[in-house]
Order: sequence, then structure tokens, then C-alpha cells
Amino acid sequence: MAQAVVSEKAPVTRVTYDFVTRAITRTLGSPGRGYFALLGSAVALLGVGITCLLFLLRYGLGLAGYSHPVYWAVYITCFVFWVGIAHSGTLISAILFLFRSGWRTAVYRTAEAMTVFAVMTAGLFPLIHIGRQWYFYWLLPYPNERGLWPNFKSPLIWDEFAIGTYFTVSTVFLIMGLIPDIAAARDVATGWRKRLYAYTGLGWRGTNEQWRHYSRGYLYLAALATPLVLSVHSVVSWDFAMAIVPGWHATIFAPYFVAGAIYSGVAMVITLLVPIRKLFHLEELITVHHFENLAKLCLLTGMIVAYAYCTEYFTAWFGGHPDERAAFWYRAFGPFWWATWTMNICNAFLPQLLWFKKIRTNILALFVMSIFVNIGMWFERYVIIAVSLAGEPYERFANAPYNPTWADWGIMAGSFGWFFMWFLLFVKNFPAVSISEVKEVLPPPTRAKAVHA
Amino acid sequence: MKLVNPLTAIFHPPPTPGVLGVFGHLDATLEAIGRLRGGGHVDFTVYSPIPRHEIEDALGQAVSPVRMFTLIGGIAGCAIGAWITLYMSYDWPIVLGGKPIGSIPPYVVIMFEMTVLFGALSTILGIGFNALFAARRLGTVAYDARFTNDKFGIFVPCAPERQGQIEALLRSTGAEEVRRA
Repeated sequence: MAQAVVSEKAPVTRVTYDFVTRAITRTLGSPGRGYFALLGSAVALLGVGITCLLFLLRYGLGLAGYSHPVYWAVYITCFVFWVGIAHSGTLISAILFLFRSGWRTAVYRTAEAMTVFAVMTAGLFPLIHIGRQWYFYWLLPYPNERGLWPNFKSPLIWDEFAIGTYFTVSTVFLIMGLIPDIAAARDVATGWRKRLYAYTGLGWRGTNEQWRHYSRGYLYLAALATPLVLSVHSVVSWDFAMAIVPGWHATIFAPYFVAGAIYSGVAMVITLLVPIRKLFHLEELITVHHFENLAKLCLLTGMIVAYAYCTEYFTAWFGGHPDERAAFWYRAFGPFWWATWTMNICNAFLPQLLWFKKIRTNILALFVMSIFVNIGMWFERYVIIAVSLAGEPYERFANAPYNPTWADWGIMAGSFGWFFMWFLLFVKNFPAVSISEVKEVLPPPTRAKAVHA
Repeated sequence: MKLVNPLTAIFHPPPTPGVLGVFGHLDATLEAIGRLRGGGHVDFTVYSPIPRHEIEDALGQAVSPVRMFTLIGGIAGCAIGAWITLYMSYDWPIVLGGKPIGSIPPYVVIMFEMTVLFGALSTILGIGFNALFAARRLGTVAYDARFTNDKFGIFVPCAPERQGQIEALLRSTGAEEVRRA
């Protein structure tokens, strides 16, 4: 188990409990210029998004490039993209926890924080998309003077419940995991930070009584989060699969979307971990071994996604329904062929390079590939949502050409700024790697085989 | 007569008298736990930077009651999910092609999500009630900042006249440091 945390270069004895505490709490110190440059760019992007959003609020959804029959486009694409990003966080923190994967300890905090911020980002898009944004609360089942209730047979309401639950549960899961680490940071911090961590640590001292309830509770939270994460993207996929649009109406959608979500999420974890590791000097805790495992996860889910792509085309052809065939022909060879082939190349072909150990252990190569996977996964959602609608074969003569506008791209860019801003603020102010869980996979200090710093 | 602020007794209670041992090694801690239990001590506190099954086993603790919170919360959530969907459907019926107004299959999604939501929140409550409020109760017990870093610790509450005996016991099992509180 120790090899999970210790890189090949560093001798085993270097990574002790004390080393782990010091290395991780160092991320809370002065982060250097690179960090502020990244944070500044994130805030600038967010500014672009807010400006576009203000225009959209003032002049209405006409600014987004909607044209009949494409009324779900870039905003819903972004929604599904960000919900998907969220998924690998819970996979790494809950599912791999239940499977007792030692390597998850060094990366799960980053993944879990990513989950929370990605859901926060995703949740904005349905609200932007509804048009009269100030009536967003109509989605909630609240008693009102007309005695109206939401339609619980609609997948959109399921989605609201699924996303709401997912956001709540992933947030409490993140906070729960943070408590012992905040306490560890409290005990080495000074000044105002000591006060901050004293309050947020909630009096944690690591007593036998506290650990007894905490470990049990954490296990149950993981056990609840595991079916939840599988359900959330299934429900998101039913937003489409329950409709009769060719290209949406498929029973394969739930597993296809879940695999795609984990795939894009793992890629995003790699995208985030590479700069974090460099900026905060965590090379000894987050090693090539971790990146290789993430790459393997990427390869597995990427293969499932590639298989689902093939199945989609195969059933469209083999099913013999002319509308279904027309929709998939339009997808591959219609005016949006470039989006479809970007998705196919980035998601299905490029990750096959991960079969080579040389690529899996090369961090720069993984970083570049993870960005391509993210681009590919964004286009996957774009192709499924906007291109399926644009190519709707029922009344082709009435279909107007569709093109996204600056309001679409601006708000999308803003969402990246919003996400990265929260993420960067988090890793700077709270332990970005789990202190107590990294210690758990180390051999405990014993008299027989003393481990010295 | 000196007036005593009654809140002081609640928020700043006087420290519990006892002995605090700081251990650098897990096996030494386990040995001390065994010796203390053998000597009839039951109310001592063990600090550790990480949860270890060895410590739990040495203490012979019962399984945490948090699981009852999870179970009850989950069942309650499922029931609430069934209730809101069915009640709201019949309160404002949307009749479509003679299909049932309250239709269970789509409501299973809501029931499932509510099970997870309520189960998770009540698990948090369970941990809070059991562990964090225990911290409030333990506010009077001696603590060392190294216990969240790399040291294990045992605090044995005892009357001042017995402190010498406990101190000797902790030292003989390999405590790096022993302090009276």
C-alpha cells in the first residue's frame, strides 16, 4: 500500500505522518505568482460571462442563436457537460472508497471539490436557459395560491430532484471528509487561519469516540453516494431519452451518459491535478502512479463510450427506421459533420493511445490528452442535443439553419471562469489533498520498525 | 461572596484531572490500551491522527449507532418521496388518455432521490449528535496539538492521588511523554 503514495525516486522513509501534514498544509501558504495569474484569468473569464448574461437578461433569449427547431442548444450542452464533469469526483471519493482503492486517497479531495463546483456551475444553466430566469422557483413544489404542483411525470422535475440531491449530498460529503483535515491544519496554523480552522474544524480532536462514529457515518455516506452518482446522469439522460426526437430516444442513454460523465470527469481531474501539483509542489504525494491509474480509468470509460457510439449507429441502421437512419446520417455527414468527427476523434480514437505505458506515465501527454477529451465530451453533448434537433427529420423543410452566437460562447466561457475561480480559491484555503486518508495508506509507526522523518 | 457567571461553568468548565500520555508508535498505544483495560479502566480517551481498526479492536467498542440514523432517514425520505408525488398528483389531477393520475414508475425516481437525500442528511445529523457533541463534552479533557499530526495519545481521567500509578503504567508501555492535568 505504501507504494501507492511514494514515488519511485523518493525513499519510503521520507513520507511519514509528519511529512504528509507539512506537505499538505504548505498548500495553504503563499501560492506564488502562477496561482494568482490563473485566478486572475478565471475571474476575467467570469466577467465576460456575467457581461453576456446581463445582456441576455435585458434583451431575452433571442440573443442566443435559437432557431426552429433548435431550442435546446449551448446552454443545455453546458449543463450536461458540467454535470458530467461532476461525476468522477463521486466515483473516486465514494465508489473507490467502497472498493478500498488505496491510490484514491491522494486525489479524491481535488476530485470531490471539483464535483461540488461543477454541480454549482451546471445548476446555473437550466436557470439561464428557461428564459424568464426570475421565475426559476416555479420548478419547486411549493404551496401557492393557485394550488398548482409540478408534474412529477416529467423528466425535467426528476432532474431537478436528482441535481438538488446530488449537490447537497456531494457538498456534505466534501465537508465531512474535510473535518479531520481542517483540524490537522488548525493544529499547525497560526494567526487568523488558526481561528478560521478552529471554527470550521468543529472541535475535531481525533478521539476514539469521534472516529468510531465518523468512520461509520462516512461509510454510509459513501454507500448512499454510489447509487446516487449512477442515478444522476441516468436521470439527466432521460431528459432526452424520454422525448421522441430521433437521436435522443434510445434506451442505451443511461449507461452511455454515465460512462461518458465519468470519462469526462476523470479527464478534468487530470487537467486540474497537473497544474495544482506543480503550483503547490505535491510531487511526492501525487505521483505518476496516481496519474497512471487515472489514465487507466479514462481508457476504460473511453472504451465504453466508443462502444456506445458504435451501438448508436448500428441500431440506427439495423433498426431500419427511416427517421432514425436519417438523423444519424445527418449527424455524421450533415452540416455539423465537423462537430461529430471532433467528438469521435477526441473521445473514441485519441484515448486509444493510453494503451501505451509511455503515454500513461507521461504527465504532459496526459494533460494534453485530457484537454482533448474534455473538448470531445463537450462536442458529444452538443452533437446529441443541438445537432439531433437541427437534423430533426419530421419536417426538414421547416428547419432553419442553426448557429451559436456570442451570447452562447460568452456565457460558456464564463462558466469555465466561475468553476476555476471556486476551485482555485478552495485549494488555496483548505487542504487540497486529504491529510488523514493519505496517512491511512502509509505503514503506521511501530516500535518494531520505526519510521523516522 | 464571589458571584460566578453560570455560563462559565457551561462554556469553560474546569479541566478534568488525569494523566495524558503521548505515544509515537501504534503498537505502544495498543499495549497501553490493553494494560489499562486489564487494570479496570474504561473511561479513558484515545487520540489518533487516523482511524485504525487495531485501536477499535483493542478498545472493544460497540458498532456506532449512526447506522440507525441512516436507516431511519432513508426510510423517511422514501416515504416522503412517495407522499409528495402521490398527494400532489391527486391534489391537481392531470388526466392524460385515461392513464392513472398517480403513476408509480415515474415516482420511483423521486422516491429514490429523496431516500438518498434524507438518508445522507440524517447520517450527518447522526455523526453530529454522536461525535461532535462528544467533543463538547470532551472539552475538559487534556489534548495535544500533535494528535492530529503524527502522535497517538491516551488520556486517563483519575484522582490526583492515583496519577503516579497511571503515569508509571503509561511510561512502561513506551509513552514518549507523560503529563498530569
